[in-house]
Amino acid sequence: MDTHETPVITAKGLELWYGSAQALRNVDIDIPERKVTALIGPSGCGKSTFLKTLDRMNDLVPGVTIKGSVRYRGQEIYSPEVDVTWLRKQIGMVFQKPNPFPMSIYDNIAYGPRTHGIRNKAKLDEIVEKSLRGAAIWDEVKDRLRKSALSLSGGQQQRVCIARALAVEPDVLLMDEATSALDPISTSKIEELIEDLKNSYTIVIVTHNMQQATRISDKCAFFLLGELIEYGDTDQMFSVPRDRRTEDYITGRFG
Amino acid sequence: MSSQSSPAQAARPGVKKKGFRERLELLMNAIFFLCGAVAVAFVLFISIYLIVSGLPAIREIGLIDFLFGERWASTAKDPAFGILPFILTSVYGTAGAIVVGVPVGFMTAMFLSKISGKKTAGVIRTAVDLLAGIPSVVYGLIGMTVLVPAVRVAFDLASGACLLAAIVVLAVMILPSIISVSETALNAVPKEYEEASLALGATEIETYFRVSAPAASSGIAAAVVLGIGRAIGEAMAIMMVAGNVANMPSLFASVRFLTTAIASEMSYSSGLQRQALFSIALVLFLFIMIINVALNVLLKKSRKEG
Repeated sequence: MDTHETPVITAKGLELWYGSAQALRNVDIDIPERKVTALIGPSGCGKSTFLKTLDRMNDLVPGVTIKGSVRYRGQEIYSPEVDVTWLRKQIGMVFQKPNPFPMSIYDNIAYGPRTHGIRNKAKLDEIVEKSLRGAAIWDEVKDRLRKSALSLSGGQQQRVCIARALAVEPDVLLMDEATSALDPISTSKIEELIEDLKNSYTIVIVTHNMQQATRISDKCAFFLLGELIEYGDTDQMFSVPRDRRTEDYITGRFG
Repeated sequence: MSSQSSPAQAARPGVKKKGFRERLELLMNAIFFLCGAVAVAFVLFISIYLIVSGLPAIREIGLIDFLFGERWASTAKDPAFGILPFILTSVYGTAGAIVVGVPVGFMTAMFLSKISGKKTAGVIRTAVDLLAGIPSVVYGLIGMTVLVPAVRVAFDLASGACLLAAIVVLAVMILPSIISVSETALNAVPKEYEEASLALGATEIETYFRVSAPAASSGIAAAVVLGIGRAIGEAMAIMMVAGNVANMPSLFASVRFLTTAIASEMSYSSGLQRQALFSIALVLFLFIMIINVALNVLLKKSRKEG
């Protein structure tokens, strides 16, 4: 294991309940900088829940209780002094279903920067182009930036959503099964994109697709029933899993 | 055929028997159809009746003099039948009610749909429903006894019965429709849009105004148009607070609307005066028709988006 990795996000003893149902149990994890970390496990294992604790999107769910510690670059994110809009600007999110706003492509990308106070037209133009290039969709949409984002295909919409997330210059990018609603060609485009993006961003993905996890992730975390069973380098986990349950899952014996 | 079935039919279960039950079905279908046809018939009848009885006066007075004449003196020795004061009063009064009522109604809808807890929302929704159920004469009565004196004192007028008082009453009366239609539109906004906005670091209020409201815009526009329809068609309440004099409209003048012009003179009218009242009704009817078409277009658009 590479010992020089700097953790960007560190969770310690993280527990989460939806009402009285416990969804995360004592999760300890270090997420390294500029790597792709994949969260895998069967449905309902807590991987998406864990992802959403990282940008506090779980705050929106009524009846959630969270205990333990999650630090982002040393800052305890559940501390009352933390400005959640600041956190979410640092830690962007791409959702399972492409969810562009019902506005033009341009306005979708400019939404975040405008929210954070950028009004200058030239500056916004620059951000829009840079973000769309960053999400590898500039060439496909540059002639129709004023068209509705909803007129694009599902795969294009998802890349617009990635561009929209990049436009606020986040540090970390969370992707919650970002390719599961897409066809294989769109999926491979987004996987290539993730390979590129990890040079500049720390990326955490949730995926149901084992091949995808092996193809694009450096680190892999296996969740089961709210517990983090195994966490390590992806190559190692998929060749010599330490835990029997991990082996059973990745070889397809359940899930 | 009689309701008694032949042995051959009885031996084949599931085969239709022409009998009492089937004839009852036919009869009921016919009754349902007739009930539906009654609504259509009434609309047709009213439209035709209004056109037939509204046109003669317009022909006699002249369309331009009728629509753009500034003087209405129906019972004078030298009568004048210009309804511009009524048209403008109706337009200004409705616009005023929209300017006052829409922001309040929209904010209430936003509060109910996105911000308030279930219990608070329940209480407010019940109150709004009750507001919708209050008869307009009661609005008029309270306007007359509370609002009109208050306006008189506040603005130091000879009489508080004026366009302003009518605008306030109309604004309150259109609130329930604006609230409920806007709330429905806001509730239909997919949660994913709001999540995306929050995940970008927008606050909840920013999200509601910059994502939810634009996504619900045609539904909200429908709410506004519905409000316009309600306001322009209202008669009783505003007759009691607007002073009912055929002046050209101004905020503190006693004014008469299209609706109240008809209502206040119909009982004693005769001849050309009576015919002119029908012509006013025709003008009002056209306004309402245009508003309804706009409303339907907007609602269709909003359903497609939702």
